[in-house]
Amino acid sequence: MNLLGDPEITEEGEFVINIGPQHPSTHGVLHLKVWLDGETIKKVQPHIGYIHRSIEKMSESLSYRNFIYVTSRMDYLSAHINNEACALAVEKGLQVEVPKRAQVIRILLGELTRLASHQLWWGSTGLDMGAVTPFFYAFREREAILDILEETCGARLTQNFMVPGGIMYDLHPNFQKRVKEALVQIKEKLREYDELVTGNVIFQGRFKGVGYLSPEDAINYGATGPVARASGISCDVRKWFPYDGYENVEFDEVLDTGCDCWARYMVRMNEMKQSIRIIEQLIDNIPEGEIQAKTKQVIKLPKGEFYQRVETARGELGVYLVSDGGSTPYRIKYRTPNFSNLWVLSHITLGAKIGDLVAIMATLDLIIPDIDR
Amino acid sequence: MTNEEIKQCISEILPTATYDETGEFLTIMVSKEELRPFMQTLRNDEKFLFEFLFCLTCIDWKTHFMMVYHLLSRKHHHNIVVKVKLDDINQPEIDTICDIWKTAEYLEREVYDLFGVKFGNHPDLRRLFLDDNWPGYPLRKNYVDENMISI
Repeated sequence: MNLLGDPEITEEGEFVINIGPQHPSTHGVLHLKVWLDGETIKKVQPHIGYIHRSIEKMSESLSYRNFIYVTSRMDYLSAHINNEACALAVEKGLQVEVPKRAQVIRILLGELTRLASHQLWWGSTGLDMGAVTPFFYAFREREAILDILEETCGARLTQNFMVPGGIMYDLHPNFQKRVKEALVQIKEKLREYDELVTGNVIFQGRFKGVGYLSPEDAINYGATGPVARASGISCDVRKWFPYDGYENVEFDEVLDTGCDCWARYMVRMNEMKQSIRIIEQLIDNIPEGEIQAKTKQVIKLPKGEFYQRVETARGELGVYLVSDGGSTPYRIKYRTPNFSNLWVLSHITLGAKIGDLVAIMATLDLIIPDIDR
Repeated sequence: MTNEEIKQCISEILPTATYDETGEFLTIMVSKEELRPFMQTLRNDEKFLFEFLFCLTCIDWKTHFMMVYHLLSRKHHHNIVVKVKLDDINQPEIDTICDIWKTAEYLEREVYDLFGVKFGNHPDLRRLFLDDNWPGYPLRKNYVDENMISI
C-alpha cells in the first residue's frame, strides 16, 4: 500500500506491499518489497542503506589504533568479536605475538558475547512468533552477562576492549567468580528455554519444513555461520582457520542437515552449550602474565595486504586491510556475515506463505547495521 | 595443494597469468578479457573447486582500479586471490561473474554503488546503499563531499 492508501497491484494481479523500514519483525531498518499472490510470496526484494554510514570510508582517515572501535557499530551484538578481527588484522601486519593471557581473555569475552547475542536472538524469535514470555526470560540471563562485561570493559554493548597487541586493561577481580555464577544460572535456564519453546508444538509447527536452504545454495550465496551450518556446511572459522588460540580449546562445531528454520533454531541452541563448554574450560585456566605486546605509539603497517577472518555470532567476518605504508589504512573492506545471509532471504521465501516470512527472517538473525555498514 | 602446484595447474590453462606471493594468499593477476572463462574453470574444475567466493571488492589506486576476488576451496582447503587491473579511471568496466557465484551479484552492486565500476551483463545493476541520484562514488579517492566536516 502506498502512502495515499491505494494498494499497488501488478498486471498479473499480484499485490505489492512494503514491509518496513520501520517494522518490528525486521529488527532494524530493513525495507522489504513483497509481491503476493493471495498469501503466497512471489518475489521479495530487500532495500537496504537506511543506516549506511560508510564505515569503510571513515576508517581510511582513522589511525590503526582508532579504526578498530568503529566496527563495534556494525554488528552491535558481536561488538567484541568485530574488534578482535580488526586487532588481529593489525597484528598480522605488525607480526607481533599476543600474550597468552590476552588471548584467553579475548576468547572468554568473545564467547560471553556470543552467548548474549544468541540469547537475544532466542528472545526476539519468540517475540516474532507471537510469544512475549521468551523475550523476558532471555533478557534475564543476558543481563547477567552484560553486567559482567560492564564490570570489566566499562560498557555493556560496545565494549571497545581491544588494542593491537592485546587487550586494554586487566580483568576485574570479580570476573571469574561472577562468570561461574552466571554459568550456573544459564545452564539451569537453558533447560527452561527448551521446555518453553523447543518442546512447544506450535513453534515446531511454524519452523519445521519452512525456509528450505539447500547446501548448494548456501555456498552459492556465500552464507556462513549458523545459517550455513544448519544446511550441513561446515564453515566454523574457529575450526577452519583458528585464531587467538582456539586450536587449544575443545569444542564441537554444531552442524545440522535439516536445512530449514528448525535446523537453524537448533544449531543456535546447541551453540550456546558449546560456548558454555569453552568458557568452563578456560575460566579457571587463565594464564598469568602480560596483557599487551609492546607496540609503537603510532602504528605503521608495512606495504601490503592483510586478510583476517573471525567467527562472529552470525558467521564469518572478514577484514581485508590494504596498507600503503602510512599510518592510516589505505583501504578497508569488511566482509560481513549478515550481508551475505540477507540475500538468501529472497531465494528461500519464494512460494512460502507471508506468515512464514517472519519465521524465516527470525531464524536468519539479521542485524541491519552490519549489512549497511 | 601447495602454491607451487596451483601455479603449475593454472599455467596449463592460462599461460599469460602473473603471480604475486608476497601476501598471505597466492595472488593471480589476469586481464579482464580472460576473467570469466578463468573463473569458470576455477569454480568447476575438479582440480581447483573454488566454490566459495568470500570477498569481492575494489581498490582505487588513483592511476587505476583493482578488482579483488577472494576464493576458498573447501575441498582442498586453499585460499587464492584473483586480481584484475582496470586502466580506465573514468569509466571502469568489467564483466560480471554473478552467474558463477550468486553472491557476486550483490557484492558487485556494492562496488558499482561506491566505486562506479560498471559490470557488463549484470541482471540488476542498481545502487545498493545510496540514493539513485547521489552524486559521485564515495569510496573513490578523489571523492569530495561538500558537507563533509573534517575533524
